[in-house]
Amino acid sequence: MVGASAAGLAAAETLRREGYEGTLTLIGDEPYHPYDRPPLSKQILGGQWDPDRVPLRAPADLDALGLDLRLGVAATGLDLADRTVALADGARVPYDGLVIATGVRPRRLPGDGGERAHVLRTLDDALALRDRLGPGRRLAVVGAGFLGAEAAAVARGLGAEVTLLEPAPVPLAPAVGERVGRMLARAHHDHGVDLRTGVAVAEVTDGGVRLTDGTLVEADEVLVAIGSVPNTGWLEGSGLTLGDGLECDEYSAAAPGVYGAGDVARWHNPLFGTAMRIEHRTNATEQGMAVARSLLRPDERRPFAPVPYFWSDQYDFRIQAHGYLRGHEEVAVVEGALEERKFLAVYRSGDRVAGVLAVGMPPKAVRTWRQAVATRAAWRDAVGELVPEGT
Amino acid sequence: MSGDKGDGDGSGEGKGVTMRVEVDVPKCVASGQCVMIAPDVFDQREEDGIVVLLDERPPSELHADVRESAVVCPAAAIRVVEK
Repeated sequence: MVGASAAGLAAAETLRREGYEGTLTLIGDEPYHPYDRPPLSKQILGGQWDPDRVPLRAPADLDALGLDLRLGVAATGLDLADRTVALADGARVPYDGLVIATGVRPRRLPGDGGERAHVLRTLDDALALRDRLGPGRRLAVVGAGFLGAEAAAVARGLGAEVTLLEPAPVPLAPAVGERVGRMLARAHHDHGVDLRTGVAVAEVTDGGVRLTDGTLVEADEVLVAIGSVPNTGWLEGSGLTLGDGLECDEYSAAAPGVYGAGDVARWHNPLFGTAMRIEHRTNATEQGMAVARSLLRPDERRPFAPVPYFWSDQYDFRIQAHGYLRGHEEVAVVEGALEERKFLAVYRSGDRVAGVLAVGMPPKAVRTWRQAVATRAAWRDAVGELVPEGT
Repeated sequence: MSGDKGDGDGSGEGKGVTMRVEVDVPKCVASGQCVMIAPDVFDQREEDGIVVLLDERPPSELHADVRESAVVCPAAAIRVVEK
C-alpha cells in the first residue's frame, strides 16, 4: 500500500482480516500513524481536540496488523515490469499486489505570503493555523468550498474576523445547486463572515490577498482552500494512465494487480454510469476495502459501485449528502424549508434520483432517500414531474 | 497474492468468539453507515442522528457486519474487541 491514510489503512486491515498472511508494507510520506483528516478543519482547528484524538486506530490495533510500516518516506517511482516501488530513502519495495492511495495535495496560489499563507490538508497544517487564530485576528479564506466554509465557521467561533473570497457568484453551486448554495452564503452572512463572491484572487502577499483588480484584502492569516491536485507525480513514466488522478476501470484497477483507492483514484462507477474521483472520507475506506478484496479473490471481484457520502459541519448545522450530485439537472426540496436550515433536497440526473442532501432532518428520512439513490429510482416515481434547473 | 478462500462476508471467526462493541459517542458524525450495515446492533438518535448502541455483545452471526461497520465508520467512532 502506497499511502498511509484512510484508504491504505482500510486496504491493509481488510487484507489481514480476510486471511492474507504475507508481508504487508504500508508506505506514507507523513511521519504519523494513519490519522483522520475531517476533524482537522473542525475539532482540531477549533482547539476542542488535542492531536492525540485523530489517529485512526489505537496503537495496539495497528500493531496487531503486523505491518511493515514505512512512515515519513515518500514513494518516488514505480516499476511495473519489475514489480517494485522506489522510495525516497533509496529502498525498493517488491510487491505481488499494489494499492495506490497517495491522496491529493492542496492547490496553491502564486505569491509569497510567508508564514501567514496556509493550506489545510495535514495535521501540521491544521496546528499551524490553529496556533495563529484567535479573537481579533484577521483571517482571509480563499475559496468557499466545504473546506473553506468549515474553516471560516471555526475561525468565527474563535473570535477571528473572517473574509471569505469566492470566485463563483454562488458558493458550491456546481456541487449542491444554486438554492442550497445561497442558503450556505446566508449562513456565512448571519455569522458575521464578510463573504465576497465573484472576486478573482491573484496572489497572497505579505499584507493579505491581492485581487486581480489590484485590491488588497488585508489579513493577518490567509487560508488557501481552492481545491486539490492528485499526488501522481511519482507515477509519471510508469506506464499507468494519469489524468485527473490515477485512471482506473470499474474494478478500480489501474493495471493487472495494481489498484487505486481514495482521493487519488478516478474510476468508472457503474451505479452512476460515469467516471468519478471522490475526495470524501468514507469513499477512501470503502474503496480501500474493495480493492483489498479484489486482490485477495480476483476470481470473485466485483465492480466498485458505491453511493458516495459526505458530511460538512458549518456553524450550528451539519450537511449530509448521499449520491453523486455533480452534473445534476434538477434539485427539489421535498421536506422542510431551506430558510429554516432544516430540509431535505433531492437531485436528479437524467430521469433518475442521483443524490440527496439533508440538513437537520431525522435520520430515517435521510436513509430512505439514500435508498432511492442506491436503487437509482425513477424521478417520476420518487419525486414527480421533471423540471429542469432554472425554469 | 495468496489469501483465504473467502466466504464472501469477511468473517472466519471460530465458534465461541465473543465480541464487545464500544462507541465513542462524541466522535460520531451521524453518517448512519453503521445502521445501514448492522441495523440490529446500531441505531441513530431521532433528533440528531448520533449513534445508539443496541447490542454491546452481538451474536456471532452479526460479527462480520459489525467489523465492517467499524471499518467503514467515517469518524472511527466504533471499536470492536474480540476474545
